[in-house]
Amino acid sequence: MIPRRKKRLAMVLSLVVGVGIAMTFILLALSKNVDLFYTPSQMLEGEHKPQVGQRLRVGGMVVEGSVKRDANTLEVEFLVTDTGPTVKVLYQGILPDLFREGQGIVAQGVLQEGNVVKATEVLAKHDEEYMPPELAEAMKGIKHVNPNSNEAYTKPPSGGN
Amino acid sequence: MWRWLHPYAKGEASYHLLGRWLPWLTASALLVLLIGIGWGLVFAPPDYQQGDSYRIIFIHVPSAMLSMGTYTGMAIAALVALVWQIRTAEWSIAAIAPVGAVLTFISLLTGAAWGKPMWGTWWEWDARMTSQLILLFLYLGVLALYHAFSDNRTGAKAASILALVGVVNIPIIHFSVYWWNSLHQGATITKFAKPSMPPEMYIPLFVCIFGFMLMTAAFITQRLRHEILRQELHRPWVQQLLVGAKVKEQ
Repeated sequence: MIPRRKKRLAMVLSLVVGVGIAMTFILLALSKNVDLFYTPSQMLEGEHKPQVGQRLRVGGMVVEGSVKRDANTLEVEFLVTDTGPTVKVLYQGILPDLFREGQGIVAQGVLQEGNVVKATEVLAKHDEEYMPPELAEAMKGIKHVNPNSNEAYTKPPSGGN
Repeated sequence: MWRWLHPYAKGEASYHLLGRWLPWLTASALLVLLIGIGWGLVFAPPDYQQGDSYRIIFIHVPSAMLSMGTYTGMAIAALVALVWQIRTAEWSIAAIAPVGAVLTFISLLTGAAWGKPMWGTWWEWDARMTSQLILLFLYLGVLALYHAFSDNRTGAKAASILALVGVVNIPIIHFSVYWWNSLHQGATITKFAKPSMPPEMYIPLFVCIFGFMLMTAAFITQRLRHEILRQELHRPWVQQLLVGAKVKEQ
């Protein structure tokens, strides 16, 4: 290689490596701020405990059997957990289609006394797994019900509908 | 080792080589995309959770993957342009950037349209989405810099530097869903593990990705030919080409 080119190559590569290192430091310094949400364990057992009245996002799995809907309004409450502690989420509004027990969600709201989050927004998360309904039924025992079929309405409608 | 490449540093040789590739690329891109998208949208089974809405994956994933792959290609061209100062490499930056920007835009648009019914939001300042938006701005920045100087070589040099520096964003986009808590899902198809979907879903997805690769290659090929012609307009071979085209017309 011609020395002139070698010099240019070294300069260009050191530029890219330098920017890469700078970016790494920036992202390491910001790491907690880049998270879209805290899990309940990060929130309650982490280094920086949030104050009551603080706005935050909490994300985790909806605990099975914890969803309580008001019969007359859109009010709903449920528990969110990851591996340890649970946080109660209060919400008034329409939940996304994917919201269900055992599903990942992200709730944004204000922290209140007793690990309760009064949410202004509830988003549903889904994992990277895709499969046809028949396979899901065989593997996970999840029965897919077509919302357009009559079968979908044989169960009594839950509150809020 | 690289001696066979040397003739293509000249605009004329590259122009004719690309011209020979173009019809094959275009035809195969159309065919593969037709098969892949038709298969994905009509014949692939629905998802157990998302039903038919997940089918946007057959556009979203190929465009997002190609937006990053195209950027990497552009960064390599920028490296060649900066170190070896080969003009065709400089021109290919101008050929690649708009195609990559459109792919990035498609991935953001399909992502928003998918996020609204599934997550419940069009947009969230999530690490994955934000870094992908930065990718769009990088493409637009490279394009703007390339055309910002009256001296074309200065513009190409400035654009090359931005393209190279911006390459640090590519691993950030890729790993964002693992490094941070994010709303976006992790990768369904990865290089080393089995895809987290059955073959009747991932085969049409792979066909779509391959179709998008061919389509991207075809667009870049055509744009690079135009750029070569534009830059070498004063050269005798382009003049001859134009005269030849006129003679044919008459």
